[in-house]
Amino acid sequence: MEPDGDVVYVIWQLRPQRQCAEAELVGTVSYARMLPWLLAAVALAAVVLMAPLLGRHLFEVFDGRPQPAWDRWLNPIEDALLRWIGDAGRSAESAAGYLAPLLISNALFALPPLGLLLLQPGWLNPQGFGGLRWDLALHTTISFLTNADQQHLIPEQSLGNLAQLGAMQFLMFVSAGTGLAVGFAVIRGLSGRQIGNFHCDLLRSLTRVLIPGSLLLALFLLVCGVPMTLAPPLEISTLDGGRQLLPRGPIALFEAIKQLGENGGGFVGANSAHPYENPTLLTNLVSTWAMLIIPAATIDAFGRFVGNRRQSNLLLALVFGLLLIGAVVAMAAEQAGNPVLSSWLSGPNLQGKEVRFGAPLTGLWSVVTTGTMTGAVNGMIDATMPPTILITLFNLFLQVVFGGQGTGVAYLLVFVLLAVFLTGLMVGRTPEFLGRKVEKAQVVWASLILLIHPVFVLIPAALTLAGGDTLAGISNPGPHGISQVVYEYASAAANNGSGLEGLGDNTPWWNLTTSLSLLGGRYLPIAALLALADGIRRKPALEPSPGTLRTDTALFTGVTAVVLVILGALTFFPVLALGPIAEALTLVA
Amino acid sequence: MTSSTRVLFPRMPRGPRHDRRYLERPRQQGLVQRAVTEAFRKLDPRLAVANPVMFVVWCGTVLCLALTLDPRLLDAQAGARERGFNALISLTLLATLLFANFAEALAEGRGKAQADALRRTQARTQARRQMPDGSIELVDSSVLRKGDVVLVQGGDVIPADGEVTAGVASVDESAITGESAPVLKEAGSDVAGSVTGGTRILSDQLTLRISADPGKGFIDRMIALVEGAERSKTPNEIALTVLLAVLTQVFLIAVVTLPPVADVLGQAPSVVTLVALLVALIPTTIGGLLSAIGIAGMDRVAQFNVIATSGRAVEACGDINTLVLDKTGTITLGNRLAEEFMPVGGHTTAELAEVALAASCFDQTPEGRSIVRLAEKFGAALPFTAEQATGIEFSARTRMSGTDTPDGIEFRKGAVDAIKGFVRSRTGTVPAELDACFEKVSRLGGTPLAVCRGNEVVGVIYLKDIIKPGIRERFDQLRRMGIRTVMLTGDNPITAGVIAREAGVDDFIAEATPEDKIAVIQQEQKLGKLVAMTGDGSNDAPALAQANVGVAMNSGTQAAKEAANMVDLDSDPTKLIDIVTIGKQLLITRGALTTFSIANDIAKYFAILPALFAGVGLEALNVMRLASPQSAILSAMVFNALIIPALVPLALKGVQFRPMSADQLLRRNLLVYGAGGVVAPFIGIKVIDLAIGALRLI
Repeated sequence: MEPDGDVVYVIWQLRPQRQCAEAELVGTVSYARMLPWLLAAVALAAVVLMAPLLGRHLFEVFDGRPQPAWDRWLNPIEDALLRWIGDAGRSAESAAGYLAPLLISNALFALPPLGLLLLQPGWLNPQGFGGLRWDLALHTTISFLTNADQQHLIPEQSLGNLAQLGAMQFLMFVSAGTGLAVGFAVIRGLSGRQIGNFHCDLLRSLTRVLIPGSLLLALFLLVCGVPMTLAPPLEISTLDGGRQLLPRGPIALFEAIKQLGENGGGFVGANSAHPYENPTLLTNLVSTWAMLIIPAATIDAFGRFVGNRRQSNLLLALVFGLLLIGAVVAMAAEQAGNPVLSSWLSGPNLQGKEVRFGAPLTGLWSVVTTGTMTGAVNGMIDATMPPTILITLFNLFLQVVFGGQGTGVAYLLVFVLLAVFLTGLMVGRTPEFLGRKVEKAQVVWASLILLIHPVFVLIPAALTLAGGDTLAGISNPGPHGISQVVYEYASAAANNGSGLEGLGDNTPWWNLTTSLSLLGGRYLPIAALLALADGIRRKPALEPSPGTLRTDTALFTGVTAVVLVILGALTFFPVLALGPIAEALTLVA
Repeated sequence: MTSSTRVLFPRMPRGPRHDRRYLERPRQQGLVQRAVTEAFRKLDPRLAVANPVMFVVWCGTVLCLALTLDPRLLDAQAGARERGFNALISLTLLATLLFANFAEALAEGRGKAQADALRRTQARTQARRQMPDGSIELVDSSVLRKGDVVLVQGGDVIPADGEVTAGVASVDESAITGESAPVLKEAGSDVAGSVTGGTRILSDQLTLRISADPGKGFIDRMIALVEGAERSKTPNEIALTVLLAVLTQVFLIAVVTLPPVADVLGQAPSVVTLVALLVALIPTTIGGLLSAIGIAGMDRVAQFNVIATSGRAVEACGDINTLVLDKTGTITLGNRLAEEFMPVGGHTTAELAEVALAASCFDQTPEGRSIVRLAEKFGAALPFTAEQATGIEFSARTRMSGTDTPDGIEFRKGAVDAIKGFVRSRTGTVPAELDACFEKVSRLGGTPLAVCRGNEVVGVIYLKDIIKPGIRERFDQLRRMGIRTVMLTGDNPITAGVIAREAGVDDFIAEATPEDKIAVIQQEQKLGKLVAMTGDGSNDAPALAQANVGVAMNSGTQAAKEAANMVDLDSDPTKLIDIVTIGKQLLITRGALTTFSIANDIAKYFAILPALFAGVGLEALNVMRLASPQSAILSAMVFNALIIPALVPLALKGVQFRPMSADQLLRRNLLVYGAGGVVAPFIGIKVIDLAIGALRLI
């Protein structure tokens, strides 16, 4: 035992759920049953309250507004860095002008981590892990580069601290920064501004949002007991006399950017179910909040960009509504437990769940993590009830229930655009969004985005399933196996990273095909989004008249929600029906 | 009506719109027959491929037909008993294709019939071509080229479009306008100086300079347009086609990837049922009706006696933000009439009447003639013999006209400013009451014309402007649609203001020149607005070309007609408002049917999916309680096919447009076509399923 490496952490343990059965019998509302709902409400309310504050900050940062005194000192540093890479800081003239540095820089970002994973030198590598197999290294690099953080490995058993910091954590920061940059480039285009400069946006998203945010969150996590050390694993002797290695590491900062940047890749395989990553109910709550806050603030910032907060508030209400529906369905399903077992086991199904958080909060986390494309888990999604899996899959298909860092709001706006186009014709005018006409070019780009997901989810899933069990590596027969495979590709294409684990996915087939889905689901939509926004930017803005379809009304927000659900549902309804819906119906029957 | 009025307003439509004669209406019977034959002809894959959505159906039909002939073609285990079901599905698919083709053919048919009627007027004629040396030779009308000079006499058919260079004659233009009253054509006049090939000269003789090569004339253009030969898809239609094609691809992927997924559960849906699922999901309803909607929109414009040069122009009408309208003839009745004489400077009314008569005796405009009539009512007589006097024509620069008598007295009438200037230049004084009279008339919404004899202002003539009945309501409608109206007038600002207020236009430009017209349009366009305008004179041509939608009057000059993207055969400027409605209707119809089509998919899923995978416990999704899997699939397909002919009348007539705000329109149409689109197929499929059960088809 090394006293210096000892980290104190507290576990606020929830009272075991089993007790609630008695409480029910006497007809009183059980405290244990109510608590998760209260906690969920607190986390979501905190998002709602703080989104406008961060939204204003994002607006000031990305619209080049004067900065508050406390981060004005960053200006000369950023300017010097830009000069150093030879960028004059001017806005790109076209979508290609924004996309090119994005692709080049992302390719450059990927190379050192790839090398690091392949070689894994001994430095900062206390357990002396060797290099990863090439396909696993490639997949891991790509999945972290694309902000998905899909992990086909167990990090604490294969990665040293150097790889964790230099490869994983580095990519978490730059991929989240890239996402934010794209999000704001699209927002700028839609609001008629110049599309911006990628280097500048990336730099600012790091210096003004992600790094300070992560540091603050890391500090909080540290206080709550998350380790932050470069010390080697703790060797302890267990009660039965055995020896156990307790790996630890610089987890607090890693955890912070993992949640805040919607990355989701765990420092340890168990991810946020592990007490080192997510020790207490409080950290669980704050981590849930951290996944939602930046995307929610981005939507708020969008309203400030277009000078119409009503519009952004309605959009926030829309995604929040979808999130709430999902959360209620999942939490209720988890609280109810497995109907097959209910005759002799009352209460939730605790398989694959942390008793610290309880089943309902695992349901909430699963909905939030798939909605926001974080992909971190505080329990096994694989072990959740079919309704929860249905919601998580649906979230992955829609990609807008807050969605990815930066890209989520862009997808949302694309769906608004499609809603405008589909229903806008019904008011007898060429559809307009934010005063600009939606014409062929916009529809082409928006449609391309619609097409990407089926191509990178359904086709590889069908190929994998057609290849038989050896290829698929599914651990469950029947509908659940279908869910596992489809989920894996949906998670890759949506850049989420979570999985219905149990899938034997560390094979060249899985590593390479999901890499393809990861890349296709990341860069093709980004290119299409930028082209779409740049096309809109060039159109003249029209003053609204009584004949203009207003998008900032409750009616239109409702229309958008229906279009969203219908377009998302229609495409994936067959696989949803054969996967979670069939599973749920079998359980009930 | 005198001939001079007809020269100026040769095509003023008379009587209420429904009384007017239109082009020969094709008979309905022949149309349907023709459309049925066309529907089969359009099954040709080379034609079918043009519509991506329906082409997928086409491919599916071929596949299903093949599987009807040999059910074991793709799956050796398939039983021969499936042949009957395959045949039924193939038939419904074929019916879907034929219905869509029929809709398109029916829409095209009207245009084709109209074109045939026009083509009959184009029978080849002999023309007398004047050679450069002055000799005349008889040539076939088809060899005439632009710039040739021909002579035509009473009874001839005018061989090609041309400008009158000499002569006066009356021409029967009923072949293109349907209006039987002859039109006077004469040289040198802006509006009456052009003739159209195919029309007939009734009397006298004209010398024409041919202005169009063979095949490029006005009638040729009309034929091409109504026939749809030059039909190119409109921007909106293209965008919608793209979206529908992508949705089709998405569903194609969703269906094609289904068998391996289903295989995990031990399910093997047959190819025919998968084709059925695909066809049910892809937006066949809107895909099948899309082109019919566009063609029917053009046709509706044609029924209003307006020839649009492209569907794009009709569609743009729906997007118009600003209407630029001339006051005269559009907002007010064309002719202003003298209403009252207001003497100033101690002159009597009788004196003023005499001077007004003297100043107007050469004025052939309706206003001039009305002054003469009013003066004669006051018993005025010319103080000189007309033969010896010279008339001074009105010009835009001097803004006055009048008469110079042999003894050197100058009688003038004109805009008050102009007359003031004239009097001052003749060292006269302007009586103080003149301004008061000017204001008084202006405030009545009339046009004040000052009258002077030499350097002495005698008084003011009050020309009354009559606002067209019902025009205010139309502008109110436009405002509710979000369209701004700008009135252009040569009147002074006070008069213009009064008329603008009475007519309810949003803005007006007084004392406007033709250059102002184009400036207003450019200014609006700079704000990103789409502008429509009407015009007839040749000085309108640049503005017509500049405007997003320019409607030229058929009575107008060739230049105006060429610059415009629509020509109104009735020369009725208020028709622009109707065209805007048609444009909006076109867009609404497209949007409504797209929404309906996509909303239908929900019910189709609930019908087909549980039927497709009966063995995996999806029975609970069979919310319609359809009898059997095969009956469920067939019912969905039959509904899918029948909904197309059911919606053909709506596609051809267009969704009714009511002028209301965008939000109200959205709410209403969403309720009808969105909610209706969700609910209707649930009912329809259930009813068909019951019918199939009753008929024991399966």
